[in-house]
Amino acid sequence: MALSSNFWIWIAAILTLAIYSFLYKDNPFYKFAEYLLVGISIGYGISVYWHNTIITKVFNPLVYDKNFLVLIPLLLGLLMFSRFFKNVAYLSRIPIAFVVGAGTGLSVPSSFEFLFKQVYATMPTKLDIGIIIIVIGVISTLIYFFFSLEHKGFVGRVSRVGITFIMVAFGAAFGYTIMARVSLFIGRIQFLLSDWLGIIK
Amino acid sequence: MRFINFINKLDKRWIYLVLALCIIIPFLFPIGFPMKTTAPVKSIYDFIEDSIPEGGVVLIGADYDPSTMAELHPMAKVIATHALSNNLRVLFVTLYPQGAGMAQDVIENVLREWNNSNPDNQKELGKDITLLAYVPGVSAVVLKMGEDIIETFNEDGYGNKLSDLEVMKEIKNYNDIDLMVELAGSAVVLTWLIYANGRYGLNVGIGTTAVSAAEYYSYLQSKQAIGMLGGLKGAAEYENLLSKKGVYWGRKDATVGMDAQSSAHIFFIILIVLGNIAYFVSKKQKGGR
Repeated sequence: MALSSNFWIWIAAILTLAIYSFLYKDNPFYKFAEYLLVGISIGYGISVYWHNTIITKVFNPLVYDKNFLVLIPLLLGLLMFSRFFKNVAYLSRIPIAFVVGAGTGLSVPSSFEFLFKQVYATMPTKLDIGIIIIVIGVISTLIYFFFSLEHKGFVGRVSRVGITFIMVAFGAAFGYTIMARVSLFIGRIQFLLSDWLGIIK
Repeated sequence: MRFINFINKLDKRWIYLVLALCIIIPFLFPIGFPMKTTAPVKSIYDFIEDSIPEGGVVLIGADYDPSTMAELHPMAKVIATHALSNNLRVLFVTLYPQGAGMAQDVIENVLREWNNSNPDNQKELGKDITLLAYVPGVSAVVLKMGEDIIETFNEDGYGNKLSDLEVMKEIKNYNDIDLMVELAGSAVVLTWLIYANGRYGLNVGIGTTAVSAAEYYSYLQSKQAIGMLGGLKGAAEYENLLSKKGVYWGRKDATVGMDAQSSAHIFFIILIVLGNIAYFVSKKQKGGR
């Protein structure tokens, strides 16, 4: 057993234990660690945005490369702040319209192409048990979400098959969720036993 | 009946305690549960192993933060190590500010372990591997990379001009990238599938948290993604493949956790069975009254 002599490992270990102390009951140590995480995350994000956006994408091109075209996105960005002033708040619609327009234009064609690939993948191109299950699953699930017909008779029976597929999907997702949460806990235990306490290699 | 009442009234803190023991004990006394390699993991491994020529480029998306680091960090390490072992170049990219710190940590660790174990084949930052600087915009960044990667980022994550770096030699856009593996626990995976794969035909692999893994299987079936590492188990499988190849020297972060994972799963199965028995017995009792 070789206890860590690294100051920051000790800080991380103490904060980890502070967070897990919530499992016993809510307490000031947990609150402190929680607020610290939120504050540091935001601070870190702002510093990265400042350097990689304001400095790299605006200040440097403008001051050193004399690229005055960046003034256009800069102006659009600044117009977003007009929301804070009631009499000129309407100006913020200009950059929002630009973002929505450009975003929609970019995403619609690609999203359709993306969706068509998914649809194509459900086509029974060969007689295979897996493909048959996929086709039955897709059709019955879609019928379950088709509300223009009353779910009784044939439609009701097919939609019951659909809900079975949905439940299987939920079960798989729930199983994976347990695995994910346990993995996160394992990561912390590994850190405490290895990096901090030195019990395991 | 006393047992059923005990289950119904059990303080959940006892469950937390037993779960903690289920996870800690296998670390101290490893059990060695068997683990086999699944097809989606092998698919990414085989692609890097067989389909990328020497000097090729692997792009790794580090779009995660410390909250999912336990699952995604080991994936980043194994894929970067595998690429370096085949003399491929590795570029990290991140669409989230927090991802930059994660990628830098992986690069530092991988380079240190590689250079300590391979004194005759040293790898260098900027020559074999680097991190592209964070640029905001998510889908706009992914689209712009399809036109010109250097123009999109200008700098690497360490402040060096990309055009001066050897690792960027002859890299213009996605045509010069052999494989992209996106590591994320969020929907940003879809951004790469929709724009980079859909519009530019880039080969995309997925490394995701177990929570999201079930959602992405459909993209494997439609061949929009070439393979997937799902959760800690996916990373552990990849670590084992690299160990068999003899090119993984660091601590097997994912593999050592698999015994604990299996123990916890057994505990959860017992809890689910007991919970259901208690529920149905209680329901029957209430119905009888």
